[in-house]
Amino acid sequence: MGLVLQHVTKQFGSFTAVDDVTLCIPEQHMFGFLGANGAGKTTTFRMILGLLEPTKGEITWNGERITYKHSHLIGYLPEERGLYPKLKVKEQLIYLGRLRGLHKEEIVKEMRYWLERFKIPQYENQKVEQLSKGNQQKIQFIAAVLHRPQLLILDEPFSGLDPVNVEMLKKAVIDLQQKGTTIVFSSHRMEHVEQLCEHICIMHKGKPIVHGSIKELKRSFGKKNVIIHGELPFETLTDIPGVLKMEKMVEGVRLQVADESVSQRILEHIYAKGFIRTFSLEEPSLNDIFIEKVGATYEQ
Amino acid sequence: MNNKFWIVFLHTYVTKLKSKSFFISTIITAFIVFGISQLDRIIEAFSDGGEKTIGVIDETNGWYESLQAQLQSNKEIKLIRHDKSEEQAKKLVQTEQWYAYIVLHVQNGQPKVTYYAKNIADTDVTYEVEQALQHVKIAMMAKQIGLTYDQMNALYAPIAMEKVALEEHAKTEEQLNQARAIVYVLLFAMYMFVLMYGSMIMMEVATEKSSRIMEILISSISPIQQLFGKILGIALLSLTQFVIIFSVGYASMKNSDMLRQLLGMNELPLSLMIYGIIFFLLGYLLYAMLFAVLGSIVSRVEEVQQMAGPVTMLVVAAFIMAMFGLNAPESPFITAMSFIPFFAPMIMFLRIGMLHVPVWEIAFSIVLLVGTIAFLFVFGSKIYRGGVLMYNQASSWKDLKRAWQLTKK
Repeated sequence: MGLVLQHVTKQFGSFTAVDDVTLCIPEQHMFGFLGANGAGKTTTFRMILGLLEPTKGEITWNGERITYKHSHLIGYLPEERGLYPKLKVKEQLIYLGRLRGLHKEEIVKEMRYWLERFKIPQYENQKVEQLSKGNQQKIQFIAAVLHRPQLLILDEPFSGLDPVNVEMLKKAVIDLQQKGTTIVFSSHRMEHVEQLCEHICIMHKGKPIVHGSIKELKRSFGKKNVIIHGELPFETLTDIPGVLKMEKMVEGVRLQVADESVSQRILEHIYAKGFIRTFSLEEPSLNDIFIEKVGATYEQ
Repeated sequence: MNNKFWIVFLHTYVTKLKSKSFFISTIITAFIVFGISQLDRIIEAFSDGGEKTIGVIDETNGWYESLQAQLQSNKEIKLIRHDKSEEQAKKLVQTEQWYAYIVLHVQNGQPKVTYYAKNIADTDVTYEVEQALQHVKIAMMAKQIGLTYDQMNALYAPIAMEKVALEEHAKTEEQLNQARAIVYVLLFAMYMFVLMYGSMIMMEVATEKSSRIMEILISSISPIQQLFGKILGIALLSLTQFVIIFSVGYASMKNSDMLRQLLGMNELPLSLMIYGIIFFLLGYLLYAMLFAVLGSIVSRVEEVQQMAGPVTMLVVAAFIMAMFGLNAPESPFITAMSFIPFFAPMIMFLRIGMLHVPVWEIAFSIVLLVGTIAFLFVFGSKIYRGGVLMYNQASSWKDLKRAWQLTKK
């Protein structure tokens, strides 16, 4: 059953922050929320957690409405990062862990495992304010997963981290999913969502404009990308019927084409016109879909 | 009240108890209280203890001897008769061999005295000398008129006026003085603690909110439980500090005659103490709730003071009224104010201490107070729930409304 949102709407006065969202996120899935700032992602998460009451609609986890009775089943990493600056890492995690229903011994055991894993065991007895921002974020991540939640909600988990730490955190997220955790996360970094999720939902101005599995979405999107690297007269390519967009890159161009067959026409066109280093036909990226869909509604 | 409430309660209490600021403020306050209770000894210890020599140029007959006799028992002042020139006396004062010198002479049958010293800022010595001279003068005059010692005593005996209150439960003069002192001390403690711990709560809430940990907290515990755990945790902290300071004060006062007489600590009226604790706790809850709600709508710690202003003014107003009420506890204004919940903790307590207040009035005031706290709790916890999720550039009172709307469906 997993997490089910049925016709969930949230209004603040006359402003509609989330408009009629219906979603089903099966257990043990990794689900990505995409959307620009102000699209309604955080409001949706806050409603899932019960921090805000939906104006209309219902949210259930395995058939039950989520209340504070379920807080030991749920982990949350908010978008706005924060910990008690004056408390030591250990004290902090013990307090937060106990509020999620854990005993002190379990917390310490679990904490040591995660600190080792993130290669920061030396910070156990340091005050949070002495840690770097990236390390603070790791501590917050630990606070969100310490109690082995069934449902983990991560609001922009990778923002502000360097690439090494992003990889570390990504691996941890994948591990948790494989151990059976249902994970919902939001991001505006398309490549993270693309790597991690099977299912996504693109939100725009409170509405879910695209929703489904990434494979399906890409297939039904139809349009593909053609990438050409080499020394060629690229200017004339836009005249070929079926070429929708051209984007200049350092080594060549990236073309968006209406369907696969267009790529053959392009190849004929450029054949023997110059030196071709790369010619490839690629699936559309999530970025393409996002820009297309969000851009389309902008124009309305 | 469940498990999580206790976790917040104990966490708040223990973290604050271990903090340096609590340790330091307790030590300093205890030290000040100890200092006040030992004030007489401290002053004694600081005075040089040496005798102050005062030269006397006597141009009368026999005044010097009488004055000497009067000041015999005074350890601080030593008189020396000076028969040489005034110039020399002046020199002795200027070179600090003498503290001062006085010139006595009689003019038209009345004594005339001039006091010379390097400076005349120390009124203690002049006062002593003046008193002694006054006695000498009376004795001299009496002798001239021919009064006997007994006649003179009868003339100067103070009137014995005893004040008796006819109302059955009214307090006696002595009890009133004692009550006034106790009420004053407790009112002051109430004022200090409500302001100190009220703003501590506000800071706590604002810090948790601005450090953004609040969202994690309220995703695992309901904001109402979290709020109450915090308010009561800090209440326990304030009681801990109060007990420590009060014990220090009580223990050190046992050895101090001055304050024991002043406060009548021998028999502390138990019922007054119990009322004191009840009104202290209720007053604290009321103001803590107000401060917490305001803290929840502040986005940055720097804005705390600005938002706290009006509530702080209420506490200060209550205290000023209470100070006025100490001297006029029966005035209709004070009676009226003792029912207004924001002032009741101090003013009703003051009336209980100073007058015999009918039980129904006390009960009515407590009911009103508890009712207001309950109302604030229901209303405030809703605002708190919304407020902690709200982040603005600048906070204002309008945010109360916005926070309220945020918790609606």
